[in-house]
Amino acid sequence: MYSTKEPDAGTPARVSSQLVTLQIDGMSVTVPAGTSVMRAAFDAGVRVPKLCATDHLEAFGSCRLCLVEIEGRRGFPASCTTPVEAGMRVTTQSDKLAKLRRNTMELYISDHPLDCLTCPANGNCELQDMAGVVGLREVRYGTEGENHLVGTKDTSNPYFSFDPTKCIVCSRCVRACEEVQGTFALTVDGRGFQSKIAPGPTDFLESECVSCGACVQACPTATLMEKSITDLGQPDHSVVTTCAYCGVGCSFRAEMKGNQVVRMVPNKNGQANHGHSCVKGRFAWGYATHPDRLKHPMIRAKITDPWRVVSWEEALAHAASEFRRIQEKHGRGSIGGITSSRCSNEETYLVQKLVRAAFGNNNVDTCARVCHSPTGYGLKATLGESAGTQNFDSVDAADVVMVMGANPTDAHPVFASRMKRRLREGARLIVIDPRRIDLVRQPHIEAEFHLALRPGTNAAILNAMAHVIVEEGLAREEYIRQRCDLPEFEKWKQFILEPKNSPEALQEATGVPADQVRGAARLYATGGNAAIYYGLGVTEHSQGSTTVMAIANLAMLTGNVGRPGVGVNPLRGQNNVQGSCDMGSFPHELPGYRHVSDPAVRELFSTTWGVPIDSEPGLRIPNMFDAAIDGSFKGLYVQGEDIAQSDPDTQHVTRALSAMECLVVQDIFLNETAKFAHVLLPGSSFLEKDGTFTNAERRISRVRKVMPPLAGYADWQVTVELAKALGYPMHYEHPSQIMDEIAALTPTFTGVSYERLERLGSIQWPCNAQAPEGTPVMHVDAFVRGKGRFVVTEYVPTPERTSRKFPLILTTGRILSQYNVGAQTRRTQNGAWHDADRLELHPHDAENRGIRDGDWVSIRSRAGETALRAKITERMQPGIVYTTFHHPDSGANVVTTDNSDWATNCPEYKVTAVEVTPTTKPSDWQKDFQRFTDAQAALMPQ
Amino acid sequence: MDPKKLVKMANDIATFFDAEPDRAARLSGISGHIKRFWDPRMRLALFHHLDQDAGVGLKESVIEALTVSRDSLLPKP
Repeated sequence: MYSTKEPDAGTPARVSSQLVTLQIDGMSVTVPAGTSVMRAAFDAGVRVPKLCATDHLEAFGSCRLCLVEIEGRRGFPASCTTPVEAGMRVTTQSDKLAKLRRNTMELYISDHPLDCLTCPANGNCELQDMAGVVGLREVRYGTEGENHLVGTKDTSNPYFSFDPTKCIVCSRCVRACEEVQGTFALTVDGRGFQSKIAPGPTDFLESECVSCGACVQACPTATLMEKSITDLGQPDHSVVTTCAYCGVGCSFRAEMKGNQVVRMVPNKNGQANHGHSCVKGRFAWGYATHPDRLKHPMIRAKITDPWRVVSWEEALAHAASEFRRIQEKHGRGSIGGITSSRCSNEETYLVQKLVRAAFGNNNVDTCARVCHSPTGYGLKATLGESAGTQNFDSVDAADVVMVMGANPTDAHPVFASRMKRRLREGARLIVIDPRRIDLVRQPHIEAEFHLALRPGTNAAILNAMAHVIVEEGLAREEYIRQRCDLPEFEKWKQFILEPKNSPEALQEATGVPADQVRGAARLYATGGNAAIYYGLGVTEHSQGSTTVMAIANLAMLTGNVGRPGVGVNPLRGQNNVQGSCDMGSFPHELPGYRHVSDPAVRELFSTTWGVPIDSEPGLRIPNMFDAAIDGSFKGLYVQGEDIAQSDPDTQHVTRALSAMECLVVQDIFLNETAKFAHVLLPGSSFLEKDGTFTNAERRISRVRKVMPPLAGYADWQVTVELAKALGYPMHYEHPSQIMDEIAALTPTFTGVSYERLERLGSIQWPCNAQAPEGTPVMHVDAFVRGKGRFVVTEYVPTPERTSRKFPLILTTGRILSQYNVGAQTRRTQNGAWHDADRLELHPHDAENRGIRDGDWVSIRSRAGETALRAKITERMQPGIVYTTFHHPDSGANVVTTDNSDWATNCPEYKVTAVEVTPTTKPSDWQKDFQRFTDAQAALMPQ
Repeated sequence: MDPKKLVKMANDIATFFDAEPDRAARLSGISGHIKRFWDPRMRLALFHHLDQDAGVGLKESVIEALTVSRDSLLPKP
């Protein structure tokens, strides 16, 4: 239910080229064939009473409120389940219908608590509304006899409660869990009067419920209710904004009382999420007002000194003077900045502008370095643009879905629900992943092929698939002839046909039987529209860029680029990592992915910015660390990133940070990186600023301020003030002006403005004269680079090899309820699902080592050692172990190495040779970490 | 900058471009990548390693590429 009472048409819209005209209460209305009578009535301005129907779920026809009369038909059909027919004459109101509806409502209310005035849904309850609509005036049944007025509320879920006494068994929640979320966690248990909603034989928390909130949203009564509504009451206004968690970029209504968020409700009109959400965006927003929020700037001379609270003016003046001092002493290139993939486009644009214009160098980078930088490199080299080719809606037209190195049900859950819906409709699934991810087998979904390859062999498996496709004559020759660079294709074809690239030759390396690879290749090439979705299991490898190019090769080879239902779809992790890359956060590229060596591009920016732009590429994040240890890089401005926790080889990172003379950290919490800082600038959450985020489908969406910044400034204002302190004033009154400047300087953003975003809701770039309303699908008539380029992708085994000392491979990832370094989600109640990182290992590996479920184990690599509790699971294959990095004390990145992608230095998080043994104590690193953390905590102002 | 790391990075780049059968394209691939993506101090350090330590550890194709493109790779003072 929505506090803003969004119109509900009752049943989903239908798309059809065939139109049907009928009469509703004497009014003529024309709708697509397949539309329900209820929805046709809605279009005619008539609201038929309803309880079990809602327009984001298929009709069920159980509540019997929506009865109508249809001329020539007997009885009173339910309008929600009756499709329109040409010439139909429908009456929605009559004395008979009114009596039937009142009788139905009377039955509902006879078994419902009459505590409306103290009920959390008071004023926002569809049952209450319908009682009013049908004119119910008495309930003649009394309260004797069997009823459901006494029951135990299930409050196990931290965010919502289930009160069975309020339930009318409309089954909307069950259908929402099935149709929208695809988890099938709920059911109607029992029959007739005994019917009740159940999350299986457990409570909600212990069930398979993933807490997406779809059931709560669907519930027409107070049965499923947000605890925040129970505690705070109904909101009084709402503001549409965009989630600050993952790269799906869900649109939400922040429902407010004054400046207080009461709840976040997914926006029905959200073009990325279409009214769906996950546990994080829906419920885990409380971190924004957590007591840990930094509220005052602080400075200190050395990291062993106590922090001193100062004014903004003093903090920024100090930071600026330190940066200038360092440049005087060590050179212009001795300082730099890291933009945030969680801050807005406008904010990341300003940080890179600060570095280029005020610092005078190109030492700026972003966290995409450690996740999807190979996507930028690989797709630019092959297709011509550093971004995915499709919109999310494109999956609805896919016949074959290939998911590689991604776990979307955990990392992109709302899009995964969309994908699962398409898979349940019959699209076929190929999964390429060392782990048996949830998608491999779900209710009503099963992967036709699960290629459980060895970590580090992605390029091999893709080469093998391409080999099969070419060898068996399954390539789309005409498409390639028309759209691709033919000499490059011929060179690549010669390479791919070499026997060394056959599935048989690569079987031993990949661990995947050749017939499986052949089957998957044939399915991808001949199954119809085939779309590839991939994640960090592709990019975070020594051959990350090579693998991205191999993916693009495969897509071009089979003609699967340039229309809905196909494409190359990188699942970008963070809410604005795509945006931060678009905004020129890379040390070699200005906004719009244009190299700094291009004099025309530099001229454009230097004219607008009033300063010359350095023509040499700057330092990437890993190079910044090396240069810091080397002594040539001494100052860093870090906005909204926690490199001490997220980057690999933690001990190397902290050595580098310790070597800095001035580390400025701007963040909403005291994070791991801040423990090494000399200046702390309080950041602002997504609720405290205006701006835009760009999601994984290039969709630019508005972020809207719903409360004032806790520390007084939005992040973009802090950067402006820092620039001013450095002697480079920036003149912006509002982020819309920053976007106007971006649009003026960036060809793919020319048509983007806040006015157009208001009008369209969101825009997928490129948005310019050729595409004034944006570009859902790219490379339609031609590739951005002109002709698509096949690139030779020789498989090169990773240098990270198992040995007797380190016989297992560690791969890392993330899970549904926690997010990235956990700074946000650890400060919510999501710990109910994941309160610590665990090491997942196969039963055989555990047994061989005498490890039981829950035991403490030591994980050692050549980089370091840490200790975690073990979780024994068959979703891992023998020889491979897995953990997450959501908790700083687990030290997952103490163990990861400095191996990286050859092209971009994206770390090889997914392949680390380790040994796992039982242990009884924390590792030395963990003891040092705790000591350091305690010491730093003592330095905070009391 | 640690020469061992730079050697590894350069060698990894060369391993990719070594698949290119045309020698000129191979060498310009290697030098082009280094020029496009390496900060000047990294390029300087690599040349220092080449000049002072005979580029020990560097793949042949890297040494060739650095030699052929020396003028364009060395940062301007």
